[in-house]
Amino acid sequence: MSFLKVKGLRRRFGSVAALDGVDLAVATGSRTAIVGPSGCGKTTLLRMIAGFDVPDDGSITVEGVRLADADIQVPAHKRGIGLVAQDGSLFPHLTVSDNIGFGLDRNFNGREKLISELIDMVGLERSMLTRKPEQLSGGQQQRVALARALARKPRLMLLDEPFSALDTGLRATTRRAVTEVLVAAGITTILVTHDQAEALAFADQVAVMRAGQFSQVGSPREIYARPVDAATARFLGEAIVLPTDIADGFATCALGRVAVDGGSRTGMAKIMVRPEQIEVLPYSEKGEGITGIASQIDFCGPRYDVTITTDAAVPFIMQLSLPSRNVLAEGERVRLRVAGAAHVLGG
Amino acid sequence: MTSSVSDNAIPMARRRRRSGPSSWTFAIAVTIALFALLPLGFVIWATVATGPETAFKLIARPRVGALLVNTVALVLITVPLCALLAVALAFLTERTDMPGRRLWAWLCITPLAVPAFVHSYAWIGLWPGLNGLGAGVAISLAAYFPFLYLPVAAAFRLLDPALEDQAASLGLSPLAVFRRVVLPQLRLSLCGGSLLVGLHLLAEYGLYAMIRFDTFTTAIVEQFQSTYNGVAAHMLALVLVVCCFALIGLEVVLRGRSRYARLGSGVARVAGVMPLGRWRHAAMALPALTAVFALCIPAYTLTRWLVAGGAAIWRMDEIGLALSQTLIICLIGGVCTVLAALPVAWLVVRRPDRKNRIVESCYYLASSMPGVVVALALVAVTVRVALPLYQTVATITLAYVIMFLPRALVSLRTSIAQVPVELEQAAASLGRSPARALMATTVRLAAPGAAAGMALTSLGILNELTATQMLAPNGTRTLAMAFWALSSEIDYAAAAPYAVLMVVFSLPMTWLLHHQSRKIAGR
Repeated sequence: MSFLKVKGLRRRFGSVAALDGVDLAVATGSRTAIVGPSGCGKTTLLRMIAGFDVPDDGSITVEGVRLADADIQVPAHKRGIGLVAQDGSLFPHLTVSDNIGFGLDRNFNGREKLISELIDMVGLERSMLTRKPEQLSGGQQQRVALARALARKPRLMLLDEPFSALDTGLRATTRRAVTEVLVAAGITTILVTHDQAEALAFADQVAVMRAGQFSQVGSPREIYARPVDAATARFLGEAIVLPTDIADGFATCALGRVAVDGGSRTGMAKIMVRPEQIEVLPYSEKGEGITGIASQIDFCGPRYDVTITTDAAVPFIMQLSLPSRNVLAEGERVRLRVAGAAHVLGG
Repeated sequence: MTSSVSDNAIPMARRRRRSGPSSWTFAIAVTIALFALLPLGFVIWATVATGPETAFKLIARPRVGALLVNTVALVLITVPLCALLAVALAFLTERTDMPGRRLWAWLCITPLAVPAFVHSYAWIGLWPGLNGLGAGVAISLAAYFPFLYLPVAAAFRLLDPALEDQAASLGLSPLAVFRRVVLPQLRLSLCGGSLLVGLHLLAEYGLYAMIRFDTFTTAIVEQFQSTYNGVAAHMLALVLVVCCFALIGLEVVLRGRSRYARLGSGVARVAGVMPLGRWRHAAMALPALTAVFALCIPAYTLTRWLVAGGAAIWRMDEIGLALSQTLIICLIGGVCTVLAALPVAWLVVRRPDRKNRIVESCYYLASSMPGVVVALALVAVTVRVALPLYQTVATITLAYVIMFLPRALVSLRTSIAQVPVELEQAAASLGRSPARALMATTVRLAAPGAAAGMALTSLGILNELTATQMLAPNGTRTLAMAFWALSSEIDYAAAAPYAVLMVVFSLPMTWLLHHQSRKIAGR
């Protein structure tokens, strides 16, 4: 049985449907990322699970107990669900120690000890306990917010874009640290983010949200390699989408004859190829794949961007980002080959 | 200054710039600050001149002790009650689904349009026997709670609801969230508002004189009227100033050094309203009851006297004269106060360094001196060193500038801060001298703020009684003075038209105050 079950959740704000029939199942101890462009309804869903918003329709169940539906609305403070918000939302008038201990009983004997353990757990110095939140960096604030939420041993942890306010470098290290802590504590976690790379790196289940609905739910590798449609494909990363004719497990398209994953599918369809699947080889008159010519080379250090125009009668133009090991020259001819199978969309 | 990089790179240019507009502006600002600190300086001088022995004899009297008990009791009882009422009203009007909360919010500000002594006059008209501490507290509460309501309501609007959500997700019940998260964040506005109310209570004369409740201020005015320029009055003023400082010190201690500003970046979400359920309509009892005491009583008494007086009380020649004199004084005072505030407002926004902040705090300190002390000091100084200025428009204008400068300063600061400094630099690069660049850009664009500051200053001057009657040139009779003279002769009916006029002219400026506080709070 799933730990968290969301069924048919709907919520309207005036004429806008923020949630338009959302279903989600989350397994115990798993990490789920809800990813989508801003305004797609992901934060509304999170606030509803936390108990700050009431669904118009549908239900939320945790461990078999109804938390919200048309009749029931368990108040937020009785749900036992932890929350780490975008900017940490540390109480500015309290010290780090008082922030972490905020949700604990003030007469609880092991309070000081638990606070110290928590700050160790999130990888901060104990000397920071007496500081005020404004004396911490953004990443440290987020770690304190996590420690504060962990203090009450929540059965479910909600993370609302907790890394988006951090610098790029800090983001990855903080995310890794937070993931480690949550895995060690074995807490079921839901992360909401608009950053697809973050979602793919963090979760073992990713739910892609668009206009109040999930367009796809699955493991990170699966949804990246086999998105349901072009929009989902493009949202998760760069994608080359081509119309094609499929026969015998091969597609004939602008990239030549390419193996597809569609199985028995034949006839007209759209396929998706990730740019990193395209191998750029030295030019040869004959060989596998097709030929093309390089232009518009932008050198960016470790990688460089290049535009490649294929030699077909109707040339196909694509932008690739390649490692700077051997940078192509302007006008240099190349041979292109698709590694692995292309993905047939909508099938 | 264009950027910090060029600051360091070309110190020569920097030095030349410094001696440009900011240095002469600073000189003007300091000169004005010195004038503003005149009353405080006078009290210190008077104490030194009196000598410790005489001073001690004059202060250590049973009479002073009684006044101290009255004044301290008044402040200690009224201010907490005001705070309680203000928080309750602000919560109901800002954070609940109480019906008509916009209207109730309005009604919570409107009592400011009624001068404090008119509140007193209204209550006396209803209950003629009213006197003593209890009456003083009750009327003060009705007259002054909006000074706390305004900042507290603004603070409620600025609260980041994410913090309350966070506390709830940590298992706190709604009541605990209010106590442990909301209330601490209201602390700054509660402290600031309480200080303002406290200083007003210390400075108020008319309200307490009308109900025969003696405070330091009423005693000083009495002394002044009997002995004119006596040492006794000066020593009472010293005690009053010490009381003010005690209050300011108390506020500094209570305010603490905690930070309450939001830590995160971006704009906070708009807070949701709390559904009151079946208490929704019952909740209106509190603002309704407040409105009865703070608005209906003045309205009722004034209407009754107007009806009783009939056409006979509308002596248009006298009323017209008082009105025109009041408007002229308001206009002069308003313009001069804004002009006086301009240099320091510009400095604090454009050159926010330590010395400019110190100058700014001098203005705040000076304006916290009660009107009676300001008047006493200006009388003494003009009589001693500048007799031709005694009881002239110049002197009374200076008193208004000292008392109301922060009102203009606050409005000017916000509007100057909204004008990008690049505009000044662009004007300078197009060949304007620094002063003309300033006039052509920032001063022009900050005009709405200046107008607002002028209106708020005029509101203060319109309702000012204590200093006005001590300093006004012979033959001057403002609305407040005429009202006071007539009601002192128990001619309540004849006084009514003057009170009505003061209220009518105050109302639009009260609206402005309300509007401004909402704007500062970001909505």
